[in-house]
Amino acid sequence: MTTVTDTELGKLEQALRRGRRARSGERETAAAAAERVSSRIASEGLADITYAPVDSPFGTLLAAATSKGLVRLAFPEEHVDAVLGGLARRISPRIIEAPASFDAVRRELDEYFDGSRRAFELEQDWTLMSAFGRKVLGATYDIPYGGVLSYAEVAAEAGSPRGSRAAGNALGSNPIPIVVPCHRVLRSGGNLGGYGGGLDRKRYLLNLEGALPDGR
Amino acid sequence: MSVSYGVSRPIRSGPRARTMAGGLPPFQRFLDTHSECVWRFLVSSVGPTDADDCFQETFIAALHGYPRLRAGSNLRAWVMTIAHNKAMDTHRARARRALPVEDVAAVDDRSTASPRAVEETLWSAVRELPDRQRSAVALRYMADLPHREIAEAIGCSEEAARRSLHEGLTKLRKVVSK
Repeated sequence: MTTVTDTELGKLEQALRRGRRARSGERETAAAAAERVSSRIASEGLADITYAPVDSPFGTLLAAATSKGLVRLAFPEEHVDAVLGGLARRISPRIIEAPASFDAVRRELDEYFDGSRRAFELEQDWTLMSAFGRKVLGATYDIPYGGVLSYAEVAAEAGSPRGSRAAGNALGSNPIPIVVPCHRVLRSGGNLGGYGGGLDRKRYLLNLEGALPDGR
Repeated sequence: MSVSYGVSRPIRSGPRARTMAGGLPPFQRFLDTHSECVWRFLVSSVGPTDADDCFQETFIAALHGYPRLRAGSNLRAWVMTIAHNKAMDTHRARARRALPVEDVAAVDDRSTASPRAVEETLWSAVRELPDRQRSAVALRYMADLPHREIAEAIGCSEEAARRSLHEGLTKLRKVVSK
C-alpha cells in the first residue's frame, strides 16, 4: 500500500469537506425526507402514539392519541418534551407528529369553544388513568353540559363516599381535561376548588357553559 | 363517543420494561435529531436518487426495533448501522442489475459546470470504492462519526475501520492529485 503523506491527506480531506458544503440545500432536503417518513408512519398506522398542536382560546394545546383515541390533552404551559417523555415512558416511545390525524379533535374543540357543541363525540383512550381515576372521571363524564357536582358527590358516584380528597386528586391528574369535564366539579357550597389548568380557565369553561349564573 | 381502557395493551411495568423504555426519547425527536446525519451519509453512499428510499427504509426499520432498545444505547451509532445496511442492500441490488454507479451529472446538476466539479468528481469516486471503504469515508466526512462509531455501524473492529478509511483515502488521493 502506498503511503499517503500528511499534506496530501489534508488536501483530500479538505476536498471531501468542500464537496459536502457544496450541497448547501442538504439540511432542507433532510428535513423534507424526515417529514415524508413522519407522514408515512402516521398514514400506515405504524406509530403507537401520534400528536399534534391544537389551537384553543387558552393557547396551543398538545393533543396525543393512540389507535383507540385521544389519550392526552396538555395545556400550553406543559412542556412538550415532558408530555411526550411521559407518554414514551408510560405507553410507548413510538411517538410521531401527525397533524393531519387530528382534524376531528380540532373541529370538536372549535365547536365546543364557540358554544355550538355541548358533548364530545371523539374517540378516547383512558389508558393513562388509574382504576380509581376511571371511576371518578367516568362519573365526571356523565355530568351534563352546564351542570356541576361537588367533589363529595363525584366520590360517592365513584363508589367511595368518603373519598372526596382522593377524588380531587384523580380529577387533578385528568389526562384529557376539557373533553373529560373535570372543570364541572366544585367544592360543596359553590367554591370553585382547584383546577390543573389554573382557576381562571376553570371559570372560563364554566362561564362558557353557563354554569356560573352569578358570574363567580 | 367510545372510550377504551387499553386492556388489550397494558401499560408496561416492571423493572425490565422501565430500563428499556425509560431513557428513550419519543421517536419524533430521534428522527429530528439524526435525519441530517443519515441523509448526508446516504446521499454520499448511494447517490441522491436512491437516498430517499434508503432513508425511509432506515427509519421505518428503526421504528420497528425502537422500543426494544436499551436505555443508554448510542442512538446515532445504532441508526447509522441500519443506514449502512440499507445502503449495502442498495449497492448489492445495483450490482445484480449491473447498473452503473450514478455518474457525476446525476449527483447534483446545479454544480456540473461549476468550480465544485472537482469535489463532485471526488464524491462520485467515493461511490465507486469497495463497500467498507465507501462506508468508512462517507461516515467519517459526511456524517462526522468518530472511528469507534464507524466501526459499530460497519460491524467491524475499530482497527479495521481505521484501515478501511485509510485504504479508501489512498485510492481517492489519485482523484485530487490529477
